Amino acid sequence: MTFTRKDLLGMRDMEAGEIRHILNTAASFREINTRAIKKVPTLRGKTVIHLFYEPSTRTRISFEIAAKRLSADTYSVGTSTSSMVKGETFFDTLKNLEAMKPDLFVIRHSASGTPQRLARRTSAAVINAGDGMHEHPSQALLDLLTIQDHKGHLDGLTVGIVGDIAHSRVARSNIWGLNKLGSRVIACGPPTLIPHDLQQMGVEVSHRLEDLVPDLDVLMVLRLQKERQEQMLLPSLREYATYFGVTEAKLAGAKPELLIMHPGPINRGVEISSEVADGGRSVILDQVTNGVAVRMALLYLLLHREEETA
Amino acid sequence: MDLLLRNARVIDPANDRDQTGDVLVSAGRIADIAPRLEVGPERLASVTVLDLTGNWLVPGLIDMHVHLREPGDEYKETIASGTAAAAAGGFTTVACMPNTKPVNDCAAVTQFILRRAEETGSCRVLPVAAVSRNLEGRQMVEVGDVRDAGAVALSDDGRPVMSAQLMRRALEYASRFDLPIISHAEDLELARGGQMNEGAVATQLGLHGIPTAAEAVMVARDCLLAEWTGGRLHIAHVSCADSVRIIRTAKARGVSVSAETAPHYFTLTEDALVDYDTVYKVNPPLRSRKDLEAIKEGLVDGTLDAIATDHAPHSSVEKDIEFDAAANGMIGLESALPLILELLWDGTLTPAQAIAKVTVQPARILRQPYGTLTIGAPADLTVIDPDARYTLDQASFRSKGCNCPFHGREVRGRVVLTVGAGRVRFSR
Ligand SMILES: [Zn+2]
Repeated sequence: MTFTRKDLLGMRDMEAGEIRHILNTAASFREINTRAIKKVPTLRGKTVIHLFYEPSTRTRISFEIAAKRLSADTYSVGTSTSSMVKGETFFDTLKNLEAMKPDLFVIRHSASGTPQRLARRTSAAVINAGDGMHEHPSQALLDLLTIQDHKGHLDGLTVGIVGDIAHSRVARSNIWGLNKLGSRVIACGPPTLIPHDLQQMGVEVSHRLEDLVPDLDVLMVLRLQKERQEQMLLPSLREYATYFGVTEAKLAGAKPELLIMHPGPINRGVEISSEVADGGRSVILDQVTNGVAVRMALLYLLLHREEETA
Repeated sequence: MDLLLRNARVIDPANDRDQTGDVLVSAGRIADIAPRLEVGPERLASVTVLDLTGNWLVPGLIDMHVHLREPGDEYKETIASGTAAAAAGGFTTVACMPNTKPVNDCAAVTQFILRRAEETGSCRVLPVAAVSRNLEGRQMVEVGDVRDAGAVALSDDGRPVMSAQLMRRALEYASRFDLPIISHAEDLELARGGQMNEGAVATQLGLHGIPTAAEAVMVARDCLLAEWTGGRLHIAHVSCADSVRIIRTAKARGVSVSAETAPHYFTLTEDALVDYDTVYKVNPPLRSRKDLEAIKEGLVDGTLDAIATDHAPHSSVEKDIEFDAAANGMIGLESALPLILELLWDGTLTPAQAIAKVTVQPARILRQPYGTLTIGAPADLTVIDPDARYTLDQASFRSKGCNCPFHGREVRGRVVLTVGAGRVRFSR
């Protein structure tokens, strides 16, 4: 399988074969991350610019580590979210960066669609590191890899995603990716946090966590932003925790081998109890570890492609 | 200079005319219309004769909803560039919305617009004044004063009149001056943060949705207030099936309500947004296929009286930025006619129905003597080559706006001549 994409923008337009190829490549990179000297020369001479227009710690560090372990030269540009800095628009800034001939942009932006629009204007490769409420494909890929590690396969699994589906790019990317690899996906949350016509993405919708728990092989728990109370979406975090917070009591009827996942950072006691987050079913730290390998694979595949055509 | 326009298909919905013949324009007015008109040799020197065989001759088009941006945002559009665009699009009259800087909320600004139109314009400009001072939704403008200065309607367009009390009082008070209130129907609470129509496409694109109810609840509120007060209400830019249904019901009850839609609402749907192209970002947003079909039905049965462009020019500074920060709005003056004609080619409307929606219908709503070819009326007329096939090209437009969503579209039917009050304002 050759990887022919210029960019990695989302899971929606990916094919199952491509996803498997990325997961296999990521698995093969994992070994580097366990060496005493965690660096290979694969991307020496390549320039990667990280554009982070939204606060982020773990995704940003994960991408930086991935690029550095492959010996790419990395630079970071980040500001608070603002379309206009010193009279220059965001796309003006990009035009200037583009003129410095980078090989790849990693972009996170609070406005949905910004990576897609960047990708159309640059000859460099673009990786979407999360855009608004739209997609976060590297997160979905590391989630898929983590499930595959533990279950051996993805087809035929039943995966629940519980929480603020409406505002979650992680949920959207996972719904597309899990569907393509043959999992059954059930989205769960209060009706105010389930977006209109979500079913058209190929997902079932439930408003009762306890009803779906017994069927699940995997439960992904989403972070709940505290602002949702002020936006008239929820009466209180307390009531949210009562009905949708994942606790040992709610998991009483679950399969013993159920996996608990969370994209982080977690709000202990709100969407997930500490018992569950730190318990035996939790694979939250495996997700973080796999994140580096998946991002190394993405950098390698997108930049390697260029080498072949040059 | 007088004009003798020969052998055109003359379509004048106000007078139930659709026949091939000649039109004589003299002293800025329609002097005569007949299957064959002759001018004596003594007058020939002072008459320009044009053979329009194969072309349609219709009353000069009227666009009752445009944004000319002057005063204040002249970098986006001026009265000169906007009216030049209007003339090139076949329009001889435009009504301009008051959300300029300063807002057109007093006689001085109304007079300024009329004076600039006189000095620099290429078509007639009818100012619409604000409902509330500075569009703040609190205190009414001096309605008699702006009416006497030349305002033809009142609207806080760009934003809704959120206070039901203010809307009620404005409908009542303005009825004394026979001015309609043009409602930009949008519940700001329901629409807050919205970037596009709420539904499957917004869900998949991860963009905050604006439900159709954000428009329809205000349409319903305003229809109820118009019924209660007896005031004259006009609903701007109707975009969805629910609004059409509510207006239809109100009309059946005898409420004094009229309504317009815009070409993009019967031509495009929310699916246009899949690539996050900000040229398709508009308020109200492009809706679903079902809504588009309902808009067409509303045009057919007359629920929607008029077609207006909501011409809203922006520069790249407002449009070539992140989607959630980009401004709403599309330009429309130079693409409207061929899009309206698409409703003829697909059999939705008859020529008389379609032409009426951009001529006599808006004229009646605004109580203006235009939009007809009645003998003695001001000689506003537009000549259309109905068979011209071409590609819409934004680069050829007179408008300063960069935001035409129809750039590159293959269309049929083009304006070849625009005459306003007897003067040639555009010819191709
Ligand atoms: Zn409006």
